[in-house]
Amino acid sequence: MIFDIVITSLIKGSTYAMLAIGFSLIFGVARIVNIAHTAFYMVAAYCIFYTTTQLGFNPILAIFVAVILVSLLGLITFKLLIAPIREHEAAVLIATIALAIALQEVMMILFTGDYRSVPPLVPGFATIMGVKVFYQQLLTFVSVLVVLGLMYLFLQYTRLGLAIRATAQDREVANLMGMNESQVAMLAMGISVGLAGVTGAVLAPLSIVEPHMWNHPLAMMLAVVVLGGLGSIKGSLYAAFILGTAEALVVFMIPAGAYLKGAVALSIMVFVLLVRPAGLFGVQFEEER
Amino acid sequence: MNLLRYYLRKVFTVLRNEVLVLPSRIVVLLFFLSMLLIPLVVDDPYFIRILVLTSIFAIFAASWDLLSGFTGQINFGHALFFGVGAYGSAIMNQHGLPHWATIPLGALVAVAAGLVVGVPCLRLRGTYLALTTLAFPIILLGIVFAFPGLTGGELGISGLTRLSTSRTVTYYIVVVIMLLSCAAMWKITDSKIGIIFHAIREDELAVKAAGINTTLYKLLAFCLSGFFAGIAGGLYAHFMRIAGPSTLEVQMSFQVVIYSVFGGIATIWGPVGAVFILVPLMEFFRLWPEFRTLMFAFVVILILLYMPGGLLPWIRNKVEEECPRCKIRNLVTRRVCRVCAADMR
Repeated sequence: MIFDIVITSLIKGSTYAMLAIGFSLIFGVARIVNIAHTAFYMVAAYCIFYTTTQLGFNPILAIFVAVILVSLLGLITFKLLIAPIREHEAAVLIATIALAIALQEVMMILFTGDYRSVPPLVPGFATIMGVKVFYQQLLTFVSVLVVLGLMYLFLQYTRLGLAIRATAQDREVANLMGMNESQVAMLAMGISVGLAGVTGAVLAPLSIVEPHMWNHPLAMMLAVVVLGGLGSIKGSLYAAFILGTAEALVVFMIPAGAYLKGAVALSIMVFVLLVRPAGLFGVQFEEER
Repeated sequence: MNLLRYYLRKVFTVLRNEVLVLPSRIVVLLFFLSMLLIPLVVDDPYFIRILVLTSIFAIFAASWDLLSGFTGQINFGHALFFGVGAYGSAIMNQHGLPHWATIPLGALVAVAAGLVVGVPCLRLRGTYLALTTLAFPIILLGIVFAFPGLTGGELGISGLTRLSTSRTVTYYIVVVIMLLSCAAMWKITDSKIGIIFHAIREDELAVKAAGINTTLYKLLAFCLSGFFAGIAGGLYAHFMRIAGPSTLEVQMSFQVVIYSVFGGIATIWGPVGAVFILVPLMEFFRLWPEFRTLMFAFVVILILLYMPGGLLPWIRNKVEEECPRCKIRNLVTRRVCRVCAADMR
């Protein structure tokens, strides 16, 4: 039982962490609230489904194809959809909601609304302390850790990472220092959507693939981001595991917990916000006037 | 008799000098008249049904605009108020209260929900607020599913009393409530309170510095918005005769945001107009059922790309312009201002 909870919370937590970090990245750099973030995750899951089961690709190759395709899709949407209306914050919000709905409908038309499943990358399971742990679950957890580690190295030690951090701190000054702000934003968007794609790719075998699969992760991802403090990547990481654990605890400990899992996790977020309005690791920005 | 003549003449003067000079006002007048006269001309049950649903969503969208458009407290969980209104009136109706009592009482429950959400949200601003409010309807949805004894679980509460047995009377009940509450919201936002709401959105610190209790006004906005959304929810529950979990879904919250931004925020008439454009349009797209939602999304995206401020203000600015001297709106074809006679070119 306890081990079950630990495994579930680690998987949930790492998924939410990946999604939330991608979301935080683009919010921090370009102040874009990308509601369609988890819709890209859904698209990636469908890419994996299509390439492995229909086209018979090697799963590793399928993951690469999916991530690249989804990142390209992200770049295209940024260029065509978000860049022209970036000054209007409300318009960007709606545009990304509409985009998410459009992606959902396209998937619905292409693949129908049936529940699909994807075969695991590595079949089989190990029994640890009497609990079945699928290798796919371990793989998901490890790959999340690897991707997050790479993200950290990228942000800390490359020129582009430096530019992204600088733009996140102060857009205007970064622009004055010769960084092309809109280009940095576009690349950040590509990376952020790519992260969503990776999440979808590694998680697809563990969940049911269907066009509405982005709804629940969206709410949880937003909760994680708010709880951790908007734009704070460290905060997102901690908050993701807090909420993932909360969800797992509720599911395993309370009868009818499957219904209440979202409610409890979101209530935790609301209560933390009552104490710390800027989230766990957020900085209270000076009010922009 | 003289008094009557006086009022008639006054109405006529206002009509000629204030209403008929601007296309936007003529449109509003025509809208009111046609909403009231349609059932005398058309007797198609499907058409009437669409209009009733559209009216209910118009109240809902306008109430979002009152809160989020005017005070800038972007609420992503507006379905909470709608759902609380719907479930509140449904539960009371189940215990025997008639619908003329349950709808206002349900709206009051929604006001209480507005307070419950509003008080913790006072400390949050901007994107934090938007993303936090998204959580509230989902929390309530979890509670609804967890206590199926009271709320009917996934099936919802069905078998509520009808608004009226006659279709036309139902239509008039909903449409009159819609016209009255939209007019009330418009009036509120046009009053001093509305100006303070505007100011809170633009610069809360300056409003505080001017000695205005912004906390009070923000809570007032939450309560007013909750009240009208609750009325919409109650009407919806009694019209559909079911209050189900769909009233609390994320899609519901997003839809109202789409309507409002599509129609132009901080106007009240914008969201109402947008609902009356988009909901019938959705019904028109029913001809191609599988492409319906996709087309809807594309229409919204296209409109936003070319008119990011919203469709209706864009149209309005094309046909009317402000006088450079006295800031009174004029028809775009006029050469001199209709009030101060300044040159418009």
